[in-house]
Amino acid sequence: MKLLRFAIPLGVFALLVVFLWRGLGRDPHEVPSPLLGKAAPAFALPALSKDDSVVSSDSMRGKVWLLNFWGSWCFACRDEHPTLMRLAAANEVPIVGIDWKDDPSAGKAWLANLGDPYLTTVKDASGVVAIDYGVYGAPETFLIDRQGVIRKKFIGAITDDEIRNELLPLVHQLNQ
Amino acid sequence: MSRIFISLCLVFSAFAMPAHAVEQAASPDSGVAATHAKLDPAMARRLKTLETELRCLVCQNQTLADSEAGLAQDLRNQIEQLALEGKSDEEIKLWLQARYGDFVLYRPPVKPQTWFLWFGPFVLLLAALAFWMWRLASRRVEPRADEPAAEEFEHVLEAATKSS
Repeated sequence: MKLLRFAIPLGVFALLVVFLWRGLGRDPHEVPSPLLGKAAPAFALPALSKDDSVVSSDSMRGKVWLLNFWGSWCFACRDEHPTLMRLAAANEVPIVGIDWKDDPSAGKAWLANLGDPYLTTVKDASGVVAIDYGVYGAPETFLIDRQGVIRKKFIGAITDDEIRNELLPLVHQLNQ
Repeated sequence: MSRIFISLCLVFSAFAMPAHAVEQAASPDSGVAATHAKLDPAMARRLKTLETELRCLVCQNQTLADSEAGLAQDLRNQIEQLALEGKSDEEIKLWLQARYGDFVLYRPPVKPQTWFLWFGPFVLLLAALAFWMWRLASRRVEPRADEPAAEEFEHVLEAATKSS
């Protein structure tokens, strides 16, 4: 009985510590995507280039590829841009860009001034495709496999560490 | 001193830079006030009620009905379109859940992962009640050694009444 008098509050305290400690490490802005392991939503959007030709997600069938949502209005995308340039230069995985709810001329100027890491860039002016992908901020990046299944999602600016430790190993595995 | 303060503020504001930017452009014909303005009043009320149960993903502590964020406006437009196609509230919620997960619902669904959330408080309450009753019961059975027993009080009482 005497032992219980100490053990119970101590146990409750320890439990609280565990919960609070775990809470410290979690970012409530990282909402887990229900789309992981599911088919990537198909899209057909006009290209950001002059001719506006329609680019369809079907054209990437059979490839392992990245889909990157960005916008010239997005600060974090500016942070991410040099990282994407390095990734594109490594030639490991093609990146398709979606210029999300952007002024097309601002988007074109961005690529002209900062460099273009994308295989193609399409524009999602209404934001409908972004909603299909459960995007709620930019940048967000999806890794899609040969069968068109979403394998991984990166929320926020992708880092060199994430590319080295998470993205590329998965890309190599999916390409085998 | 104030120079130090200002430079500290600058340092911390650099940390506060959003890691994940959010589009905030709002044109005058959009926004909460203009939402569902073209619908008939009953339908607009129905969608408004539905949207108060949905979370704005951008400003996470606001409902979809209250948020001025660009994404919230897009989602309201989508919901309006789905409703005009004849989708029910439940179907619209499923549509959003498929894209944004349970997080979009303010009322989390009851399933194994949320059992602790839904039933935990009641389990804790029952456990506390059980513990409390056990304490009461055990106290009644065995009086503590350092407390005088009832008969001793009677002796004291008797002595007191006799002497008066």
